[in-house]
Amino acid sequence: MQPPEQITVIKAPSRWDFVDFTHLWEYRELLFFLVWRDVKVRYKQTALGVSWAILQPLFSMIVFTIFFGRIAGIESDGIPYPVFSYAALLPWTFFAQGLTQSSGSLVSSANLIRKVYFPRVIIPVSSVLAGVVDFLLAFSLLFILMAYYNVWPNRSIIWLPLLFLLAFSTVLGVGMWLSALYVKYRDVKYIAPFIIQMWLFVTPVIYPASIVTSRLESANFPGWIYGLNPMVGVVEGFRWALLGTQSQPYALIVASGVVSALLLISGLFVFNQMEKSFADVV
Amino acid sequence: MIEPAIKVTDLGKRYRLGEHIGDYQTLRDSIAKTAKRVFSRLTTSTPTNERKAPPTIWALRDVSFQVGRGEVVGIIGRNGAGKTTLLKVLSRITPPTRGQVELRGEVGSLLEVGTGFHPELSGRENIYLNGAILGMARVDITRKFDEIVEFAEVRKFIDTPVKRYSSGMATRLAFSVAAHMEPEILLVDEVLAVGDLAFQKRCIGKMSQVAEAGRTILFVSHNMQAVRNLCQRTILIEEGRVACDAPTPTTIDQFNELLRTQKVSADTALHHPEHRRGNGSVRFTSVEILNSDEDPSFNFRMNDSIIFRLSFEVFSEVDELKVVVGLRSSLTGDIVTTVRHTVFDRPALAGTVASITVELPEITIRPGQYPLYFWLGDDLTRPFDVVDDLTAPLVVSVGPETSDLGFVAEAPVGYFSIPSRVLSIDL
Repeated sequence: MQPPEQITVIKAPSRWDFVDFTHLWEYRELLFFLVWRDVKVRYKQTALGVSWAILQPLFSMIVFTIFFGRIAGIESDGIPYPVFSYAALLPWTFFAQGLTQSSGSLVSSANLIRKVYFPRVIIPVSSVLAGVVDFLLAFSLLFILMAYYNVWPNRSIIWLPLLFLLAFSTVLGVGMWLSALYVKYRDVKYIAPFIIQMWLFVTPVIYPASIVTSRLESANFPGWIYGLNPMVGVVEGFRWALLGTQSQPYALIVASGVVSALLLISGLFVFNQMEKSFADVV
Repeated sequence: MIEPAIKVTDLGKRYRLGEHIGDYQTLRDSIAKTAKRVFSRLTTSTPTNERKAPPTIWALRDVSFQVGRGEVVGIIGRNGAGKTTLLKVLSRITPPTRGQVELRGEVGSLLEVGTGFHPELSGRENIYLNGAILGMARVDITRKFDEIVEFAEVRKFIDTPVKRYSSGMATRLAFSVAAHMEPEILLVDEVLAVGDLAFQKRCIGKMSQVAEAGRTILFVSHNMQAVRNLCQRTILIEEGRVACDAPTPTTIDQFNELLRTQKVSADTALHHPEHRRGNGSVRFTSVEILNSDEDPSFNFRMNDSIIFRLSFEVFSEVDELKVVVGLRSSLTGDIVTTVRHTVFDRPALAGTVASITVELPEITIRPGQYPLYFWLGDDLTRPFDVVDDLTAPLVVSVGPETSDLGFVAEAPVGYFSIPSRVLSIDL
């Protein structure tokens, strides 16, 4: 008996091929090395190195606290505004960074795509994964802030990993859409930052979700429709899980979870459709 | 019956023209166009069939061949003939339009050495990264690590960022990683065209070792010497088709014959922006390189005269037409000299066919190989057509016997100008 032989058949792609996950699994080592490269290079190149990951949300928090917390006097669900905004800035920064990195990822890896075969989806996935390291670093500062302002989480903190997964799937879903479109349409480069900026304003980072849901409810709309923006569930969920707020945003999180899953599936599908022509176009 | 390692059946690859590097669409335009179409469909009752299919070109057509286990087969052909496209389809970088390929065994492909090398990372880190990109498992890289470093001769600098390496060192390291891939089927493109001569020899040595180890290799190259040394059998690709599939000496003879009767037509290599560019208002319909007896040639000696006879057709009206013939350096790829002439300086309508004959009298350029560059355009807009390194390179040698790169003191170096004159213009 001969050892089983690997047979590769190459044919013209059919329109309805879906993602081959077992095939993806074979490339897990490449994914690891690409993430490792991104992380390593990022911290090698910048003068501030590791601290950059913390400074960015920290400065945003300071600016938000001064302008929105103090001057504009925006309410913060009874929690000190710095902690209130920082807990939201954590997943938000992860989202914004991940989207920026992943949307341009295919085009900046053009040479790799033209010269080597691998499932292309590895590229946006690796650029989002590389942001997890930044997220964890920034997270450490949150504990210092919480200790300083004497804010403590309750049992709902166990939901945090799931909420992070929600953030991850949202970034990846939108990231796959944008990165695939970017290969074909180069004006995505200008559209992506604009999308991120607008998205910040419709997400309760600066203000609490309650001011929006209460308006919706008083107009006889269900509050959960605000959760159709998947980042609402993420951000409000982070505050609830970390700061022990009484908001109980279950409906928001469920709505966000559904939308996020739809984004992820449609993103994978679009990516898979466009993937075949990447090497010819990028 | 033992199945062949590589089985290619009726393979075809079609490119849509304009669907290539440097020609991007914008989302804005796409949305605007769609809106316009929807709107016109709403306002006019008759369906418009205006949406013309974009022009396409077959880069590969009806390609069929088989490679047995342990066979080493060369692929040769002119620039833009489809060699690299074939390799890209076999390596799954780009999908075929029709046909099928069956590969039996683990496949490794090498279209370039050092893909994914990152200058900020150290030699050690790049070995792992590049190895992973080439499809090597981490345990295999660890096992072969010392061998790779030894072959590249970079032991002392292994923890230095690659950006501090000389280009020779970086190339050696990159090649060394690639040379330690051990797939059952190896697809290689032109990678020996790098590094210094001594290292190239070692690489060919390493390749022969790999070949002797019973691995199946498909080897795309311009280096006829390397093809002769490595491959018993060679396939010639011409205009996307298999023009010859025979023992290496036979195929190389046929290739040389093909080079002598150089052909560039209006649609040669249009999908290949490296070799063919321009907006297409005017295109070359033929490019002939002749000696002073007006016979086709690409081998010249110093003090010979070279005649270029260039024909073209106007596809959309232009105000004037100028032509440039340039010689590139085969080492750096830079253009070392150009001559420029006006074909006509008044408007020409679509359908106009013209030709110009330009002579470079009694050349005194350094012996060597010069890839040729032909340009059509006016002074204002983008070039109409560029034929870049599509013909065989010009070979200039010192005397009848020597063909080596002898040093000739009086030959100019760097960018230089050479005399030229127009022999005739036919409209």
